[in-house]
Amino acid sequence: MSEPTPADGESAAQEHTPPVNPAVEASKNFGITPEQYMLPASSEIRLLNPDGSAVPESEQGQEPGHEYPMPDTDRLLTAYEKLVVGRRINDQNMALVRQGRMAVYPSSHGQEACQVAAALCLEDDDWLFPTYRDSVAVMSRGVDPLEVMSTYRGDWHGGYDPRQYKVSIQATPLTTQLLHAVGVAHAAKLRGENTVTLAMCGDGATSEGDFHEALNFAAVFQLPVLFLVQNNGYAISVPLSSQTRAPSLAHKGVGYGMASERVDGNDLAALLSVLGRGVELCRQGGGPLLVEAMTYRMQAHTNADDDTRYRERDEVSEWVAKDPITRMQRYLSDQGALDDAASERISEHAEAMAKRLREAMASKPELDPQDLFRFVYHEPTTQLREQAAQLADDLSREEA
Amino acid sequence: MSVSKVSFAKALNTALADAMEASREVVVFGEDVGTLGGVFRITDGLTARFGRERCFDTPLAESGIIGTAVGMAMNGMRPVAEMQFDAFAYPAFEQVASHVAKMHNRTRGKLSMPLVIRIPYGGGVGGVEHHCDSSESYYAHTPGLKVFTPASVTDAYVMLREAIDSPDPVVFFEPKRLYWSTAQVDLDELRSQYENGTLPRREGRAVVAREGSDATLISYGPSVPVCLAAAEEAARDGMSVEVVDLGSVVPYDDETVAASVRKTGRAVVVAEAQGFASVASEIAARTQERCFHSLAAPVLRVTGFDIPYPSPSFEHHHIPSSERILDALDDLQWED
Repeated sequence: MSEPTPADGESAAQEHTPPVNPAVEASKNFGITPEQYMLPASSEIRLLNPDGSAVPESEQGQEPGHEYPMPDTDRLLTAYEKLVVGRRINDQNMALVRQGRMAVYPSSHGQEACQVAAALCLEDDDWLFPTYRDSVAVMSRGVDPLEVMSTYRGDWHGGYDPRQYKVSIQATPLTTQLLHAVGVAHAAKLRGENTVTLAMCGDGATSEGDFHEALNFAAVFQLPVLFLVQNNGYAISVPLSSQTRAPSLAHKGVGYGMASERVDGNDLAALLSVLGRGVELCRQGGGPLLVEAMTYRMQAHTNADDDTRYRERDEVSEWVAKDPITRMQRYLSDQGALDDAASERISEHAEAMAKRLREAMASKPELDPQDLFRFVYHEPTTQLREQAAQLADDLSREEA
Repeated sequence: MSVSKVSFAKALNTALADAMEASREVVVFGEDVGTLGGVFRITDGLTARFGRERCFDTPLAESGIIGTAVGMAMNGMRPVAEMQFDAFAYPAFEQVASHVAKMHNRTRGKLSMPLVIRIPYGGGVGGVEHHCDSSESYYAHTPGLKVFTPASVTDAYVMLREAIDSPDPVVFFEPKRLYWSTAQVDLDELRSQYENGTLPRREGRAVVAREGSDATLISYGPSVPVCLAAAEEAARDGMSVEVVDLGSVVPYDDETVAASVRKTGRAVVVAEAQGFASVASEIAARTQERCFHSLAAPVLRVTGFDIPYPSPSFEHHHIPSSERILDALDDLQWED
């Protein structure tokens, strides 16, 4: 390594002063230390109890810098509808897989509150980076379910236009997409655009090297990225205790110099509040941020997985009582915001979505084998043109 | 306009600066590329000229560099990322093979990856382990990537400009031991010719670097000057040897290579990388498939041995030399 030399008028000595960190500035507003600000609150943020009652403020244990208000009822009702639709689509897709109409579907049954909140906390120009399990988040952001599901039917690797929806292709490798999210945010910052990027991954994925590199790059370049880890306790079969000895995944944030929070991932109200504030902080230049949502995958990893081999039924049953839908339903009913007519309308909407998906998946799409060669490069190489001609020739002889 | 002695490194540096001048979408980043100007000084002066936002140092993390380049390309930029050395690029391989190469295809053309990954590669500079690999075959084997490697000062400039302007991702291999080679070149003239579109395109086109009639040496990157030296030596023995410089490994120019071999009837493929399952193997196979009836002898290969790149004390045994090339030419069944 050579000694740095001064460039564009800056002295080399300035390079060695501690970096300015927006989280350090923010901590001053709360009269707490930067570390207290960066570390998550001592317990996960929860606004609604599993029985649907609001957590009294006295029991929230809210700490300076970690206070979150209850979202207003209208917003919760909008979110609740997406929750119900998301659950219906999850269950519809599992049925389609069983019927052989879809190749595979990683269901987020049980995690729908995280899915809906991730989509709802973003503005139109913001970007979402989902994983393979986050189809409900993608649809909640406005992508047509048919465009999402064509991937799982096996038609192509990706179905929708990422730039049209500001939703990246659902990532299959773990955490590679977090770096893409950081790059998108970096490009936006260079152009002076005020967009926020929300990047999703699971608990097991936090062991990947790209998780570390993404968080570090985002922090070093002070980018408006909100990292959302859905901690559902398992990476296929491997429990979180085999992934990390950290006190929580949110605690990893302080190592990068970013603020973090833990939130009840089955509490849609808390998620909307925590993620909403996170996005706002990012937009004001206080990013990046890390949020860990504690949730549970109620079904197997995919239809190809057998979860009875690695987890007790009692454990799964315990989480039934913490379901995100029932708790929000009870709260909204108690508030008088969800009467029978509204419930009826919402389930009809969900049923209509499922029916449309069912019918679409029953039809066989027209697939053109020549597409295999069309998108490898902008212009096919000579070799690809030869191979395309060869395949066309093979197919014409089969037809003859 | 003036012709002057220009180094390969200066040609690359000028190409980067010209591309940054031509488009604000072009950003350059990597390890030590900012204040230092890169360990080989290829990015020298770019931070001072274009600012820290457009030429900047990243944390030391190759997957992070390429992964964020993918995101930048998704969002309208044309990133040029530097990998400090060939073997240091391996941590980024997942990003390259799974995303850089596949994003355009995965999204049916909705997302483009107009990014360049610059990799100083190859040996012959007395480098220690992990600093001398010829890793082009890994990338050439991956559909969706273009693979360029210039062998002349002019091509260094032109091909880097083409790589940056390409709508597809390009892995750009820079032969380390040619960095300090020089040629009489008019860079101003080259720039205006490139920008006027009056230069013949180099992508997908092999060029005949030396004409000959008795045998063809097919090569690329650091081995091209060795082939030219061998051809010069062969000429003294009365043998007329043609040298084809690929430059563009992917897309590959079957036509120019086959035309040369059909003319000469004999061919040797020369490359520094280990030969097994390599670019050289592919060239030999394709040449045989296309030129069988014109060939007077099997296509031979002169490559590095199938060994991990050796320590500096041994590397001269490993790198294809003029002698090994001349021996191969002698073996092309001249008596039959």
